Amino acid sequence: MAATNIETWQSATVIETREVAQGILRIVLEPTMPVKAEPGTHIDLMVQVDGETVKRSYSVVDFNQTGTRLALSVTKAPLSRGGSIFMHSLRPGQKLEITQPLQNFPLRVGAQRYVLLAGGIGITAIANMAAVLKRLKADYTLVYVGRSRQAMAYLDELTELHGQRLEVHIDDEGSSLKVNELVERASVGTELYMCGPIRLMDAVRRNWIERELDLPNLRYETFGNSGWYDPEEFTVRVPKLNLEVKVPQGRSMLEALEDAGADMMFDCRKGECGLCEVRILELSGTIDHRDVFYSERQQRLSTKMNCCVSRAVTSKTGAQIDASMAGPAIITIEPN
Amino acid sequence: MTTTAATSSTTNKVLPHPLNAWYVVGWDHEITRKPMSRRIANRPVALYRTEDGKVVTLADACWHRLAPLSMGKTVGKDGIQCPYHGIVYNSAGRCVSMPAQETINPSATVPSFPTVERYRYVWIWMGDPTLADPELVPDMHQMTSEKWAGDGLTIHAACNFQLVLDNLMDLTHEEFVHSSTIGQEELSESDFVTVREGNKVTVTRWMHNIDAPPFWLKNMRDKFPGFEGKVDRWQIINFEAPSTISIDVGVAKAGTGAPEGDRSQGVNGFVMNTITPETDRSSHYFWAFMRNYCLDSQLITTQLRDGVHGVFGEDEEMLKAQQAAIDANPDYEFYNLNIDSGGMWVRRILEAMLDAEGRLPSAS
Ligand code: FES
Ligand code: FES
Ligand SMILES: [Fe+2]
Repeated sequence: MAATNIETWQSATVIETREVAQGILRIVLEPTMPVKAEPGTHIDLMVQVDGETVKRSYSVVDFNQTGTRLALSVTKAPLSRGGSIFMHSLRPGQKLEITQPLQNFPLRVGAQRYVLLAGGIGITAIANMAAVLKRLKADYTLVYVGRSRQAMAYLDELTELHGQRLEVHIDDEGSSLKVNELVERASVGTELYMCGPIRLMDAVRRNWIERELDLPNLRYETFGNSGWYDPEEFTVRVPKLNLEVKVPQGRSMLEALEDAGADMMFDCRKGECGLCEVRILELSGTIDHRDVFYSERQQRLSTKMNCCVSRAVTSKTGAQIDASMAGPAIITIEPN
Repeated sequence: MTTTAATSSTTNKVLPHPLNAWYVVGWDHEITRKPMSRRIANRPVALYRTEDGKVVTLADACWHRLAPLSMGKTVGKDGIQCPYHGIVYNSAGRCVSMPAQETINPSATVPSFPTVERYRYVWIWMGDPTLADPELVPDMHQMTSEKWAGDGLTIHAACNFQLVLDNLMDLTHEEFVHSSTIGQEELSESDFVTVREGNKVTVTRWMHNIDAPPFWLKNMRDKFPGFEGKVDRWQIINFEAPSTISIDVGVAKAGTGAPEGDRSQGVNGFVMNTITPETDRSSHYFWAFMRNYCLDSQLITTQLRDGVHGVFGEDEEMLKAQQAAIDANPDYEFYNLNIDSGGMWVRRILEAMLDAEGRLPSAS
């Protein structure tokens, strides 16, 4: 994005931590250089994973008028990339290195109608947008989808703020979202903003394309941390570099290759840009494509993958019972 | 000795510009299907019209490698194609096609700015788009009213926008800068009244029973052929934040009741000025001269436009020289005189706006 996303690092103090849903911690930070956070912004921050300092991105859920307080919310995800465990250990008074709010998911003012779709922890990227649209008296619907009521953060606050404009779908209460019905309600002037698990976002995108709605009106942000399958440990072989590396559940293939000393090309590290693409020479297992760079056609071909987010898994269906092999998936690649 | 801490730095010599405000980006006729570039508030903006005639304003820097979109071409109903690697954006600044891949990167957008067409101008909002209320466009209704006729031009002023505002808020300079057209010594000799109300400032000056200077004598004779004699002359300067100044000017036959409200024995003009910061040291100065007599005369429209153009050329030269002198003397301060009261209120209002945006430079 032009110009405004240059990172400025600063220190921030943890002011408050509070569980706002099952496994979801709200963390309020006080930055040393306050800046107002626009809707759709996230901050990058440094977390400790296995004694190493790594960068993670979290959406700004809300903020006070002067920008002196920013709230994040982090779900504890033992299978994902590992920053969440560190985040859940934070206590008031602790200091963190953070960036100012960065914008990759801008809300456009002036659309005829808005649908905001949040799946699970995706609400963190959407809540702020909904608040702004309410203030602007825009025509919007906030659709919030979750597995169970206890796992949905901010449900009460959102109900109070948005009333009739909030539509809630909860799987274990039998009110699951029907994606085709949601997309059917979108008209030509509707902009749909979404953040949630990749399965949900893929389904919406497919429906959107089928209905020939204007593709640029479908807005989404991905942090590249969900897939069609649960992450498994797998093995990657790189004959060109004479490497064989294990990729543990909580680490990406890119990270594992870097750990092993490979000089890898990358940029976004969230499945957007395609710079970390590697060619697949041989595969025993299936690729869990988690990027948004390839088209469905390219993902089906599976001759290449974006190793910052995508993984290898053993089974073709994702169900343990269908696992075709005893051992982990093995993938042989050639990097750029 | 104790002094009260100053709450505002009203002698700031190079004042930053508020961003949460409407600025004129161009005359409506300047913006066409062919993309153009203009720098507004330090940011280059690409401007074009869609097939339906809607004005589009995007950051003039492609998301990919920041090539200027204004060098590209309009495509389809509302799109523009980057001239470098061919990414196409729609009028909202969202990528609709990336030639070198099968998908569209969800981050591929360029900022677009709220835009309003009003009073023959196109206005742009460079700050927080959630605050861009079209109701806040400054009043320049004479530009599109059937009671007024006239035309104008644009000056590229080589100075901070605040210097242009200072220039227009205090017209005693006419006596010295514009001595051959509208200047006369009664200007600096007559009394004036300054009134501030919210985001508006008015400076009113009446000169009674004086000789009309050449510019005004000609105008009187356009309406009252062969006119001779004394006039009552007025200048009522109306400022509306951040940078629009419409000046109610005119003369009437002396003693016919103009100061009391009967202007029927006179000629009345409105000098419409609106200043857009280009950079910290340059401004787009849009002006027009509107009149309420001989409405159907193109001859007079052209004569007035050319005449005022000549007058403003004198200001342009002074402003450029003033900015150069300011920059050459960074350690010298301004001094504020009684005649600056209008300009000082303008500064106070702009500083409050900047403060609200967290952008007021601290007085050093
Ligand atoms: S680094 Fe951008 S897609 Fe992997
Ligand atoms: S710079 Fe615009 S497409 Fe590359
Ligand atoms: Fe002048």
